[in-house]
Amino acid sequence: MTIVDMEKPNERGLQQVAANERLTFFGLTLPYLLMVTALIVIPVGWLFYLSFIGRDGSLSFENYERMMKSKAYIRIFLTTFKISILTTIICAAIGYPLAYFMSQLSRKWANICMIGVLIPFWTSLLVRTYAWLVLLQKKGLLNNMAIEMGLISEPIKIVHNTTGTLIGMVHIMLPFLILPLYANMRAIDKDALKAASSLGATPTRAFWTVFFPLSLPGLLAGLLIVFVLCLGFYVTPAILGGGRVIMAAMKISSNIELYFSWGAASALGVVLLVVTGIILFIASKLVSMDQLGNR
Amino acid sequence: MKKTIMKSAIGGLAAAGLMITATASYAEDTLRIVSWGGAYQKGQSLGIFQPAAKAMGITVKEDTYGGISDVKLMVKSGADKFDIFSSGAGSCASGAAEGVLEKLDYSVIDVSDHLPGMYSDYCAGADIFSVVAAYNTDTYGEGNGPKTWADFYDVEKFPGTRAMRNKVDAQLETALLADGVPMDQVYEVLDSEEGIERALDKIRSIKPHIAVWWSSGAQHAQLMKDGEVDMTTGWNGRFDVAKEDGAKVAYDWRSGIMDWEGYGIPKGAKNKDLAMKYIAEMMKPEYMAEFAKYITYGPTNGKVYELGLMEDSRARMMPSHPDNAKHQLTLSTEWYSKWRTIAAEMYTEMMTE
Repeated sequence: MTIVDMEKPNERGLQQVAANERLTFFGLTLPYLLMVTALIVIPVGWLFYLSFIGRDGSLSFENYERMMKSKAYIRIFLTTFKISILTTIICAAIGYPLAYFMSQLSRKWANICMIGVLIPFWTSLLVRTYAWLVLLQKKGLLNNMAIEMGLISEPIKIVHNTTGTLIGMVHIMLPFLILPLYANMRAIDKDALKAASSLGATPTRAFWTVFFPLSLPGLLAGLLIVFVLCLGFYVTPAILGGGRVIMAAMKISSNIELYFSWGAASALGVVLLVVTGIILFIASKLVSMDQLGNR
Repeated sequence: MKKTIMKSAIGGLAAAGLMITATASYAEDTLRIVSWGGAYQKGQSLGIFQPAAKAMGITVKEDTYGGISDVKLMVKSGADKFDIFSSGAGSCASGAAEGVLEKLDYSVIDVSDHLPGMYSDYCAGADIFSVVAAYNTDTYGEGNGPKTWADFYDVEKFPGTRAMRNKVDAQLETALLADGVPMDQVYEVLDSEEGIERALDKIRSIKPHIAVWWSSGAQHAQLMKDGEVDMTTGWNGRFDVAKEDGAKVAYDWRSGIMDWEGYGIPKGAKNKDLAMKYIAEMMKPEYMAEFAKYITYGPTNGKVYELGLMEDSRARMMPSHPDNAKHQLTLSTEWYSKWRTIAAEMYTEMMTE
C-alpha cells in the first residue's frame, strides 16, 4: 500500500481536482441543459403523448392506424424524403465548388462573394418563393424569354411540380450549406497542400487526397443542416409544388383542420422524427464523424 | 370584469397585453368578429359589419382567421379570441357536430324571409356563393368555353390544363355531374365509399391534365389571371373580381354548385347575447344588398329581391338569382358532416397517386 502511495503521491489530489473540474463544467452546462429540457425534451415528450390521444380524448392508436390505412401517408413521407435528399444533393453539387472557389480567393474578394451568398439569405422566404413563381410560371419571365429567343415553341413546365419545388428549395437552402463549409475550408492549412505537391502529387491528387478529406466535416455539417431543415419545409413546396408535391408539414397542417385534434397531427410529427432519427443514425454509422476529423 | 383584471394581473408582465384585450372584450358594447380577409371581408366590412355596428351603437372589431379548426382549438383550449365567425355552412355543421358552437336563438334572429335551407341551428346564412368552372376566354373564346361539368372533364373537346381544389369540398360533385348523375341523385350516389370512389375515378381520368391543385380563392383567381391554367374550379365572386381587374375569365351558371356562408358563435362566448342581437341585425336585407355591391355573392334574405334593393343587372350576377339558381346543385351540409373526413383522406390519396 505504502509503495503505491509512494509511486503516485498526488493521486488523491489530482482526483479531487478532476472532480472539481467536472462539477464546474457541469455547472457551466446546466443553463443549457435546463433550456434543452424545457424547450426540446418536454415538448417532444408532449408530442409523443398527444399522438396517442384519439379524437374522443382517450388513449388510442387511431392516429397511427389511420396512417397505415391510407397510402397517402406513406407517399407523403416518401415525397418528403425524396425532395429533402434531392435538395441536399443539388445544394452540395452547387455549394461545394462555390465554397472552394471562395476559400481560394483573397479575404477581400471572398467577403464580396459572401455578400452575394448572404443577401438572398436575408430576404424573406415568402418573397423569394413568390418571386420564383413569377419567374417560372407558364407565362412567366423565363418561358416568355425562351420563346421569344426561339429556344422553345411551347412553354415548358418548370413550376407547380417537383422541378419548381427543388429550384425554390435549393435557392433557400444553399447558404446553410455554404456557410459551415466555407468556414471549414478557410481553416484548412494550405501548407498541407504544398507538402503534398512537394511530395510529387498532382494538383488533382492533392485536392482529392488532402483537401477534400479535410473539408468533409464542414460538408457533412452543411448537408445535415440542409437535410433536416428541408424535412420541415411548408411554404415553398406549397406554393411552387402546385399541390402536386405534398410534404409532411403540409399534411400535418391539413390534419389539424380535418380532425380538429392535435393527436392526428402529432402522430405525423412523431413518425417524421423517428424516421429522420433512424436515417441519421444509419448515416452516422456509415461515415463516422470522428474518423473524418482525425484523418 | 374586475375578476378578469385581477386574474390577468396575477399573470404578471406577460399578461399585460392580454388584460387589455380581455377588458375590451368583456365591455358590454364591443364584439369581435373574424372572417376570411381579402375582397370578401372587405365587402363584409363595408357592407355589413360596420354599418350594422353603427346602427346598434356598438363597436365591432374585425380580424381574419383560419377556419372552423381555429374555433375548435379556441374552445377546446379555453381561449377567448372572438365572439362571432363567418363560415361556410359545411364547416359550421362540422363544428356543431364537434359541440363547439352555441345554438342560435331564432326568436332573436329573424330568418322568416330567408330562402329555403339557407340557415341551420348553428349558422345564420348571410350570403350565397357558387363553385363554378371558370375558363380562359383567350383560349376558348367568350361563350365557347366549358359550360357544364361534363365539358370541364372532356379533355378532347376542350383540350388544355385544368386546376382543381386541393381539398375535397365541392369537387366530388363536379365529377358525378360530369359522369351524368342527375342533380337530385348526386348525394345519394356519394352516400357510400363506392360512390366516392366513382367520383374520384372520374377525377383520375383527367388527372394528367390537372396542372395545379389550388388552395385558396386568391390562388385560383391568380391562376386564371396569369393564364397558368386554361380552366379551374373555384368561387364565382373571385372570378368576377379578377375579371374587373382585367383577367380573361368567364363561367357559366350551368356548372354551378351553390353553397352558403353564415355566422356562428363559439361555445362559451362571453358576449353571447349581444352577438345574437348583432347577427339578427346583420340579417336585414339592406346590409346584404350593400354587401353584394362589392362581390357577387347573393343574399340569403329573399326580401332583397322582393323589395328591389338591388339593381336588376347586379341581381342577375348573383348565384342565387332565380334564373341562375335553377341550373345549380345545392351543396349538402348533411353529406359533409357525415362524410367529409373520410372523403378528404380518399381525395388526398387520389392526389398523391
